[in-house]
Amino acid sequence: MFKRLDSNPSKRVTITIDGIPHEAVAGETAAAAVLLSGIDCTRTTPVSATPRAPFCLMGVCYECLMVIDGQPNRRACQEYVAEGMRIETQRGPGALPE
Amino acid sequence: MSTAGPKAHYSLVIIGAGPAGLAAAAAAAGHGLDIALLDEQRAPGGQIYRAIESIPAERARLLGSEYRRGEDLVGAIRNSDVEYFPDTQIWSLNREREIGLVHGRSAAMISADQVVLAGGAIERPVPYPGWTLPGVMNAGAGQILLKAQGIVPANGVVLAGSGALLLLLAWQYMRAGVQIKALLDCTPMHNHLRALPYLPRALLARHYLLKGLQYKLDLKRAGISTLQNVSDMQADGEQRVESVSYRHRGRQHTIKTDLLLTHFGVIPHIQLSQAAGCRHYWDKSQQCWRPQVDEWGNSSVNGILIAGDGVGIGGARTAEHAGRLTALEAVRALGRVSQHERDRLARNDRKWMREEQHIRPFLEAFFHLPGKLLAAPADDTVVCRCEEVTAGAIRKAISEGHDDSNQVKFLTRCGMGPCQGRQCAESVTHIVAGATGKSLPEVGLFRVRPPITPLTLEQLGSLFPDETE
Ligand code: FES
Repeated sequence: MFKRLDSNPSKRVTITIDGIPHEAVAGETAAAAVLLSGIDCTRTTPVSATPRAPFCLMGVCYECLMVIDGQPNRRACQEYVAEGMRIETQRGPGALPE
Repeated sequence: MSTAGPKAHYSLVIIGAGPAGLAAAAAAAGHGLDIALLDEQRAPGGQIYRAIESIPAERARLLGSEYRRGEDLVGAIRNSDVEYFPDTQIWSLNREREIGLVHGRSAAMISADQVVLAGGAIERPVPYPGWTLPGVMNAGAGQILLKAQGIVPANGVVLAGSGALLLLLAWQYMRAGVQIKALLDCTPMHNHLRALPYLPRALLARHYLLKGLQYKLDLKRAGISTLQNVSDMQADGEQRVESVSYRHRGRQHTIKTDLLLTHFGVIPHIQLSQAAGCRHYWDKSQQCWRPQVDEWGNSSVNGILIAGDGVGIGGARTAEHAGRLTALEAVRALGRVSQHERDRLARNDRKWMREEQHIRPFLEAFFHLPGKLLAAPADDTVVCRCEEVTAGAIRKAISEGHDDSNQVKFLTRCGMGPCQGRQCAESVTHIVAGATGKSLPEVGLFRVRPPITPLTLEQLGSLFPDETE
């Protein structure tokens, strides 16, 4: 769906998305990293379990809720990637952190 | 900047670091006041000048010359004594000017003698079939990816809707070499007539019109044509968007795409001014709710001023002028300048702001959205994205006698999810008004209660350190 204009960016970090390692670029939001990874669905809804993905990228729609570093209900468009960040698809209302 | 977090009290707190907030902070600085500038983003600039301090020169060129304006605004703050706090979420504001915020990981309450709200605008949410599918996003989201991160559509994009941003984004994508599969303009043809009476005044600000025409011409030269007067646009797909269908010149069409970006204009983000109890009114021309303010930005609540697109859509330059005017008024209210001095300092901004406004009535008429689009989503279209409430469920509640927004909310849970009605409040008002024949002001908006952004238990706990330690 998306690609980087700059094919050789500096300051790379390694994150995992649903357990799979991905390269991201420092300064990118978690939502951007997820969109680049080609994953379509970032959460399923609590009511009917339909797939959703980021919609506004500016913090107002709450469609990008994901489990980030074990914490559910984080807006992926407001979080910035960091080395070792764990990003997971949120199923339904989001499980409580272990 | 500071990890210590804001102090417990300031003489002036400005919320939002876009053009209005930045200009306000710069104008209020140097008067010996204790000033905090709070912003939810990580870096200053708002959405319009997003990433202005970190953007590579190459990418900044793609965005066009107007973007560069943000550099001076941000520079003025960096060189001032204003305390700037990025990464700061506001979750409440009341009439006593007490501000609930989250900075870093902890929540805090602070207060201020004067508050300037400069929260800007959001894209107008318009429900249509398929708008909840992955791969469907706001045009603004596409622009944020481009500005802040240099990320663009990989397999082409369909752009659809109505408004100046749609054209600008198409132009920027064209310059970035993005394939534009279709540009679907849903602006009704009769808007040209509607806008005509405002053209003479708009010609006083003709640089805006010329820029728009230039964008169109550039797109045309690049082989990208706009389909005018498109209707019945919808996104189709199972697990994600696979195609977009629409009507054009009486015929049905479908385009395959994995990305649809839509835009239906922008509206003031009024969550905070509503929470603070400021009076709002329905603006027919801008088709949105606006807080009531006087010529200096004073809201109906003492000591709370509002500037920029959060008051009504005027664009980035108007926001700058309004930011400076509200700052001067706040400085006057705090006894640092006389009324006479305020008026003298405000003279240029007032004049420039009047000039900026020449173009607005024309744009508002030109991009006026048809009532059908706003008030008549099909029964199975989801209106509340969070709680998955359809237009049909809302109409059912209305037919059972619940004929104002808050009753509908209570009955259907529409607007009770994490976004707290930011994406459905307007639509609900339109649907209720459409179904009952009441006016929009009669139907009213959702009441807003703090916290306006969800707080975690950990953050709540940090408000009461003594009890949790
Ligand atoms: S995408 Fe809308 S809040 Fe993150």
